Amino acid sequence: MTGLDILVLTATLFSVFTALSVAVLSLIWIERKLLGRLQRRLGPTRTGPFGLLQPVADGIKLLVKEDLVPSWADKIIFWTAPLLVIVPSFMIWVTIPISRNLVVENLDLGLFVIVALLVLSILGLVLAGWGSANKYGAIGSLRAAAQLVSYEVPLVLVVISVTVISGSMDLRVISAIQMPLDIAQPILDEAHSSFSNFNHVGLPLIFIFPLGLFIFLLAGLAEVGRTPFDIYFAESEIVGGPFVEYSGAHWSVFFLAEYMNTFAVAALAGLLFLGGWYGPILPEWTWFLIKTYLFVVIIFWIRGTFPRLRIDQLMAFGWKVLMPLSLMAVIIAAIYRFYNWPEWSLTLMSLSGLIMVGLAFYLRYTRPVLRLAEKYGHRSRGARNVI
Amino acid sequence: MVMYDDVPMSDSSGEFDMLLNMGPQHPSTHGVFRMLLKIDGEVVTDAEPHIGYLHRGSEKLSEFEQYHQVITLMDRLDYLSNFNNEWVYCRAVEKLIGVIVPERAEYIRVILGELNRIASHLLFIGTFGLDIGAMTPVMFAFRARERIQSLFESVSGARMMHNYFHIGGLKEDLPEDFSVNISRLIPRLRQDMEETDRLLSFNELFVSRTKGVGVMSKDMAINYGWTGPGLRACGVKYDVRKAETYSVYDRFDFEIPTTLDGDCWDRYFVRVMEIYESLSIVEQALEQMQEGPVNAMGRRLVRPAKNDVYVKAENPRGEIGIYLVSDGSDKPYRLKVRPPSFCNLSALKELITDSYIADAVVILGSLDIVLGEVDR
Repeated sequence: MTGLDILVLTATLFSVFTALSVAVLSLIWIERKLLGRLQRRLGPTRTGPFGLLQPVADGIKLLVKEDLVPSWADKIIFWTAPLLVIVPSFMIWVTIPISRNLVVENLDLGLFVIVALLVLSILGLVLAGWGSANKYGAIGSLRAAAQLVSYEVPLVLVVISVTVISGSMDLRVISAIQMPLDIAQPILDEAHSSFSNFNHVGLPLIFIFPLGLFIFLLAGLAEVGRTPFDIYFAESEIVGGPFVEYSGAHWSVFFLAEYMNTFAVAALAGLLFLGGWYGPILPEWTWFLIKTYLFVVIIFWIRGTFPRLRIDQLMAFGWKVLMPLSLMAVIIAAIYRFYNWPEWSLTLMSLSGLIMVGLAFYLRYTRPVLRLAEKYGHRSRGARNVI
Repeated sequence: MVMYDDVPMSDSSGEFDMLLNMGPQHPSTHGVFRMLLKIDGEVVTDAEPHIGYLHRGSEKLSEFEQYHQVITLMDRLDYLSNFNNEWVYCRAVEKLIGVIVPERAEYIRVILGELNRIASHLLFIGTFGLDIGAMTPVMFAFRARERIQSLFESVSGARMMHNYFHIGGLKEDLPEDFSVNISRLIPRLRQDMEETDRLLSFNELFVSRTKGVGVMSKDMAINYGWTGPGLRACGVKYDVRKAETYSVYDRFDFEIPTTLDGDCWDRYFVRVMEIYESLSIVEQALEQMQEGPVNAMGRRLVRPAKNDVYVKAENPRGEIGIYLVSDGSDKPYRLKVRPPSFCNLSALKELITDSYIADAVVILGSLDIVLGEVDR
C-alpha cells in the first residue's frame, strides 16, 4: 500500500464519517418531525427553517454538558463501552454500496462482515451496564444481551436465505440480481458471479420473497432496539438501561450508534429487498437514499404507534415465531435454488409462511382483542359504529 | 424487608437477591413514590412501598385556617381532581352548618366535577400508555385534557388550583360565554376520546401487556378497601354517586361501568367507559340547569356549632371521605381525609409480588395514584 492509497483511504473514511453524521442528524430531525405530526404536534420549529437545525443544537448541548462519571464506576470499562458500540456501527458502512461504484471497500463477504459487526455492539452494551455499576444498567445490559443474541439468529438465517437466492454475499451482486439483466450483467461479471440467465430474479426481492423482508425488519428492529423492542433501555421501567449513568458526549455516542444502526438496517433492507440503488430517471445514490429513508420512516412510524413488549413476550416471539419462520425461509430458498423452480414458486412458498404467521398472530392476539371489544359492545377497528 | 441494611445478603441456598430502588426519582412512579423491589432476574419477589415524600401536613394545616381558607388546601390534595376535592369539603362544612345549596350551584358543581373526572381519567389513559411504552396516546389525551383545562380557566381563573366552590355554593356565577364554550367542548371531547380509545384500548400489544396482569380478586379488593374504578374493574357495582346519592345525581340517568376480571386492562377500560358516562351526565345537567342564585350565604364567616360530620363522595380515583370536627370556633378542630389513592395503593405489594419488573410499572400505573393525596 503506497502513501497515496493511505491518503485516499483516510479521506474516504473521513467523508463516510461526515456523511454518516449528517445522516444521523437528518434521522433525528425526521423522527422528531414525524412523531410530532403523528401526535398532532409540530415538532421542532424554532431552530432554523422547519427546525432543521434542532439536531445540531441538540448536539452542541450534549457536547458542552458535563460528562459525569459515577465515583464507583469501573472507569476503564465505563470509557471503553461507548467506543465498542460506535466503532462497529461505523465499520458496517465500509462495505455498504451507496451506488454501483460508491462504496469504500466492496467485500465478497460483505453481508457476512456486516452481520458479524452488528453482533459486536452487544459487548459494548453489556460493558456499559456493568461498568457504570448501576442496577438499572445491569438489568438493561442483561436484557440487551438476551435480546440481541436471540434476534441475531433469525437475522443471520434470513441473511443466509437471501444469500442462497442470490448466490453471493456480495451486496452489489445481491442488489444486481434484483435489476434487469442488461444492467445487472456488468456487475455480475465484475464480481465473477456464477449467476446464469436462467434463474435471474430481476424483480425486487420484496415481491418474490416478502417473508424475508418481514423477518429481516422485525429482527432488525430488535437488533437496533427500536419500539416495540426497546426493552433494554425501556425508559419507563429501567430508565435508559445501560445508558443510565452516561451523560453529555458519551451518552450522545450511544445515541449516534443507535441511529447509525437504524440507518444501516434500513439501508440493508433497501439493498436486500428493494433492489438497492436501482431505479428510473434519478441518479443511483438518490434511489438508495429514497429506499433507505422509506424504511427509516416505517421504523419511526412503528415507534409512534405501538407500545413496548415485555421481556418474556420478546423472547417467546423471537424463539417461537421468528426462529421457525426464518428456518422455513432458509429451507424454501434452498428448495427454490436447488430445483431451479421459477420465481413465483418462491413467492407462493414465502406467502404461505406469511399467512401462517398472520394466522397465528390473529389467533393469539387479534381474536381475543376482538372478542373483548365485542364483550363490551365497543367498536374496535373492525366495527366502528357499534357504541 | 425494610431498609438496605436489614436485608440478608443471601438466603440459605447461597443465592443473592438484588434490591432495586425504584423512585422517588423514577419516571414511572407517578410523582414521588418510592418502592424497594427485591428481584430475582426479571421477577419481583418482594416489594416494599415507601410513601411520605410529598407530605405537607394538609390535615394539620387545616386546623389553623378558617373554614373558607381550607378550600385552597383541599385543591392541593388530589391535584388532578381539584373540583371534586373542593366539592366534598364544601359539602362537609355545609352539612355542619346546615345550609342548603342553591340548585343552580349544585348543577354547576356536577358539571365541573364530571368534567374534572374526565380530565383526570384522560391523564390516566395517557400516562398509562406511556408506562407501557406507547408515546402517542399521551399527546392525544393531553390535548383533550387541555380543552377542559381551558374551560376551567375561563370559569375559575385558574387551571388547577381553582378555589371556585365556596361554602354554600360557588364563588360566582359562570362566565357569559360558558354555554357556548361547553357546547363546543363536548362533541370535541367525544371525538378526541374516540381517537385515543381507538389508538390504545384494543391494540394487540397493549392488551397483551395489560390483560391478565395484576389481577385483583373481588374479595381482596373489598378487603383492601378499594374504591373507584379499581373496585368496579373487579365486578363490584359500587359508586357513591348511586349508593349514597348526593347533590343532584339522582336526577341523571347514568350507568356504573363495571368489568369482571380485575386486571390492569379492566382498570383501564372502566375509566374509558366512565368518561363516556360522565359526558352524558354533563349533557343532562346542561339541559336541566336553570337560572338562579349560586350562593346561599355569601362570604360570611363560618362558625359552626360543636359537632362532627363525615361526608363522602365519588372522586375520579374512588371514594373520598372527609371527617370534620368543629369546636365552635371559626377553624376546624380536626380534619381527616380518607383518600382513595392511599387505600388503593395499599394492595400494591400483593399485586406486584411475583410479577415482572415491567409489569410492576404497569400495575402501579393502573392504580392511578396521586401522591399529593396519598401523603397529604
